Amino acid sequence: MTAFLAVLRRDLQLGVREGGALGTALGFYLVVIAILPLGLGPDLDLLQRISGGVLWIGLLLSSLLSIDRLFAHDLEDGSLDVLMSGALPLELVVTAKAIAHFLVFGLPLVLFAPLLGLMLNFPLPASGVLVGTMALGAPAVSFVGAIGAALTLPVGRGGLLLALLMLPFFIPILIFGIATLNASLGGPGSAATPALILTALTLAALVLAPFAAAFALRVQFRG
Amino acid sequence: MTDVGAPTVSALSVARLSCHRGGQLVLDDVTFRVAAGDAVLLLGPNGVGKTTLLRVIAGLLRPSSGSVTLDGIEAMADPPPSRAFMHIFGPQNGLKSTLTVRENLSFWQRFLGEEDDADACDAALRSFGLDDLAELPVSVLSTGQRRRAGLARLIAVSRPIWLLDEPNHGLDADSRRALADAVRAHVYDGGMSLIATHSEVEAGPVRRLQLGAGQLDVRDADSGVPA
Amino acid sequence: MSDIHMNERTSAAHGQTLVQRFSNPTRFMAWSGRLLPFLSALTIGVIGFGLYAGLIMAPPDYQQGETVRIMFVHVPAAWLAMFTYLTVVVSSVGFLIWRHPLADVSAKAAVPLGAAFTFLALVTGSLWGRPMWGTYWVWDARLTSVLVLFFLYLGLMALRNALEDELLAGKLTAVLAIVGSVILPVIKFSVDWWSTLHQPASVIRLDGPTLHASMLWPLLVMAVGFSLFFATVHLMAMRNEVLRRRLISLQRGRARSGRASTAATVIEG
Repeated sequence: MTAFLAVLRRDLQLGVREGGALGTALGFYLVVIAILPLGLGPDLDLLQRISGGVLWIGLLLSSLLSIDRLFAHDLEDGSLDVLMSGALPLELVVTAKAIAHFLVFGLPLVLFAPLLGLMLNFPLPASGVLVGTMALGAPAVSFVGAIGAALTLPVGRGGLLLALLMLPFFIPILIFGIATLNASLGGPGSAATPALILTALTLAALVLAPFAAAFALRVQFRG
Repeated sequence: MTDVGAPTVSALSVARLSCHRGGQLVLDDVTFRVAAGDAVLLLGPNGVGKTTLLRVIAGLLRPSSGSVTLDGIEAMADPPPSRAFMHIFGPQNGLKSTLTVRENLSFWQRFLGEEDDADACDAALRSFGLDDLAELPVSVLSTGQRRRAGLARLIAVSRPIWLLDEPNHGLDADSRRALADAVRAHVYDGGMSLIATHSEVEAGPVRRLQLGAGQLDVRDADSGVPA
Repeated sequence: MSDIHMNERTSAAHGQTLVQRFSNPTRFMAWSGRLLPFLSALTIGVIGFGLYAGLIMAPPDYQQGETVRIMFVHVPAAWLAMFTYLTVVVSSVGFLIWRHPLADVSAKAAVPLGAAFTFLALVTGSLWGRPMWGTYWVWDARLTSVLVLFFLYLGLMALRNALEDELLAGKLTAVLAIVGSVILPVIKFSVDWWSTLHQPASVIRLDGPTLHASMLWPLLVMAVGFSLFFATVHLMAMRNEVLRRRLISLQRGRARSGRASTAATVIEG
């Protein structure tokens, strides 16, 4: 447990000290959202109608672009060798790192979303629902993204490749996240069903993704 | 520097070890044994398989055939029991540049040793002459200082087997001496060290294992093993 | 690669099971070489007959008219797109567990074929959709799922392409294929759910189970033909891959002996 918390704490520390990466992710999110009205026209009704989906897609893209270095730094400075030869199972190392990624990147991005929503005429009173549904799905993005980060680790700067590999895997999160959001905001159907499915998906990702990511790492290093 | 209660190993045996990398045979039927109190230099030109050998022993690389045993216990199992017994120190230092030297060390203590031991941390810093640098972020250190800060991990966390890959790289004469002292103290206390290098490490009485270039065999070019 | 040669050595040394005997690369080249001409002829025959049956013998649909004949290509292509993914996953599992190089060869050879079948299914589906829906593309659940499958194939190709070390590339794409096989049903479920949410029952069922026998049997013949086609081309692609790896292995050996002889010259000089 000490070892697990040590990794978590170190990655949080690093995330805070190397704030630039978070700044880049937030900036990217802002630009993605801001460029949309420029492409679609400033029709506030249209923007409001698509705002939920657009905010979700922007969240996915910005989280993915920040996760491709999840293991790369540790590989470059030699930490990964030591992390792999400690007593803590690699699955738990991955889990700690993915949790840290969610806390350092995912959560700030989620909290940033209502602010960006203002630019899309997203109703401000619905901010709580927006943040809530996103917070339910965002951990899955960090965990499934960790698989992509592990798979593309030997490629070097594999950000684009990682997006190609992993974006299809986020379709369920996207669908149920937006469905929960829309239903909570008075759309057709009840919000409980998609919310429960979204939770189930996130829990499944939390449990299964570390195994896949650790396996992908072991396959590369142990041969 | 082996603390009371730290795990000990009296023999590390490598038997008939072969390993392929990228479709090529890198290690071919390597056999040798290291006992507690041994400092072994793995000598040989670049690309001869020294790094591969150390990584296989550390359990970071799966051999094609052969075995590594610690006191007769298979070290290749999954998860490798070797984890609690070995330090691997490679060409990179395993340091985060935005953390201070002390933060880096105490992270490795908690990760590898499950406890944050400030005394061991101080001792480690002292033995590599880093006392005054402890609170500085690694990013402001020189290459040699970073190397020493990385090496301090070996002392901050007590492990009987040290696997060092080109530890002299980037070290000045004083630091080399500090490393040699650390290795000597470690083997004197019943630890063992395997050091891959193409230069010497002045670690006092050592055994030398020559990894040959052509046939990739290990010849025990033995010298002055302490009895 | 040398793994292939290594395996020849080991399986020659030990007693062999039937599977081992067929999966030994040298024997694989031998039996697949003998089988291919028959398989090719059979493929041409069955697909030719299936096309004749589907395009000429089968009656036009009373609602869709002649357009329905796209089905005889579209449906088998969609089936094979999924079956090929199954082949990739089984090969990947085989490669990761038994580390048999031929399993990797099989996975590598199957992926572009799967992508091609998926692409064919999408294109024919879209052509079929034009007269049916009045547009080339609708976000119908089935089409969307096939599109995601296409993305997955693209990802597998891109990952393998990006990795230079072939052994590593094989292992990591195998991991991706297996992860994909776990997530794919979830995606399918999500897309179905999403589609019912957005398009309540307005989708025309293209290939319901209530197909008349006069159309069903040509469809089954075509499905068999497509499967045979896959088997033939997959074997061909695998043979090419084995040969390519041998070539690289020979070139490596050549490079190494070149190095060695230079070294010897230096020593002698």
